[in-house]
Amino acid sequence: MASLKKREFLAGARDTVPLIVGALPFGIIFGTLAVKNGLSLGQTMALSLVVFAGSAQFIALGLFAAGAAPGVVLLTTFVVNLRHLLYSATLAPGVRGLPGPLKALMAFLLTDETFAVAAPRYGDGGDPDTRHYYYLGSALAMYGNWQAASLAGALFGNLIPGAAQWGLDFAMPVTFIGMLVPYLRNPSMLTAAVAAGAAALAAQGLPHKLGLVAAAAVGVAAGFAVKLFCAYRRGVREGGAP
Amino acid sequence: MKTYLVIGGMALITFLIRYTMFAVADRFSFPRWFEEALRFVPPAVLTAIIVPSVLPAGGETLPVPQLAGALAALLVGIRTRSLLPVILTGMTVFWLVRWFW
Repeated sequence: MASLKKREFLAGARDTVPLIVGALPFGIIFGTLAVKNGLSLGQTMALSLVVFAGSAQFIALGLFAAGAAPGVVLLTTFVVNLRHLLYSATLAPGVRGLPGPLKALMAFLLTDETFAVAAPRYGDGGDPDTRHYYYLGSALAMYGNWQAASLAGALFGNLIPGAAQWGLDFAMPVTFIGMLVPYLRNPSMLTAAVAAGAAALAAQGLPHKLGLVAAAAVGVAAGFAVKLFCAYRRGVREGGAP
Repeated sequence: MKTYLVIGGMALITFLIRYTMFAVADRFSFPRWFEEALRFVPPAVLTAIIVPSVLPAGGETLPVPQLAGALAALLVGIRTRSLLPVILTGMTVFWLVRWFW
C-alpha cells in the first residue's frame, strides 16, 4: 500500500513535468520583473512562497509599481483568483472525509496546472485512497519549480535577457491540448469545449482572468444543456415520459 | 513592512478562495444536477486557457507557428491519446514553423 501511494505521488510529479517546462519561464520572468520593479528579494520570494498564484503575482507587481492602494491590490487578487473557486468546487466531492490539515494543504497548493493534471483522478475512475498522493505529487512539483524559478529570476534574471523569447511557454497550451483530447468523447463534452473556446475568444477583452471564468461558465452551461437535450431525446425515443 | 502586510492579505484571500469549497465539503453537498454540470469544468477550463494562449488578444497577424503547433498537437492527441508524443510534436512543429516562417 505504501509503495502504491509513493508510486502515485511520483506519477503526479512526473505528469506535471511538461507543465513545469511551460511555467519555468513565467517564474523566471516574475522574479526578474519583481526585482526590476523595486521589490526586495524577501518581498519577491514572500509573494511566491505564500500567495503562490502566478497571474495574481504578476498583476500585483504592476499595482505595487503604480502605487495602488492595498484595497485595490486585494480586490484584484480576489477577482484574478476567482477561477480557483470553480476548481475547488469540482474537486470538493472527492476530498470529502479527508483530515482538515490535508485539505488545507491541498487547497493552498491548488493551481491551474495541478487541477488540470489531477481532475481525471477525481472523476469516475479515480481511487479515493491514493489519488491525493497523486495530487500532492503534482502540486509539490509545481510549488518547488515556482520557488526555484522565482529565485533564479530575482537573482540572475538580468543575465539571460532572451529567455522570454525562446517560446518555452508554448509547452503549456500544447500540454493542455493533450489533456483535453481524452475528454472529447461525446457530443456534450465536445460542445463544452467548443463553446468555452469561442467564449474565450469573445471575452479576451475582459481584464484579470474574468474572460477565463466567463468562458468556462459558458462551456459548462453549453455542455450540460446538450447532455440534458440528449437525455430528453432518448426518453422520447423510448416512448417514456421525458 | 506595508508591502509584507499586503502580501499577507493576498495570501489569505487566495487561500480562502481555494479552501472554502473543501472546508464545507463534509457538511454540505451540491444538488445532483450541479455535480453533473461540474463534470464539464475540466474540458471547458482547458479550452478556455488553450485558445487565448494560441491566439493572443490584439494580434495584428495570425500567429501561424502557434496555430500549426496546436493543430499538430490536436491531431496527434486524437490519434495516439498519449501525452508525450503530443507535447513533442506540438513543440517541434511550433519551433520548425517559427524558424522557417
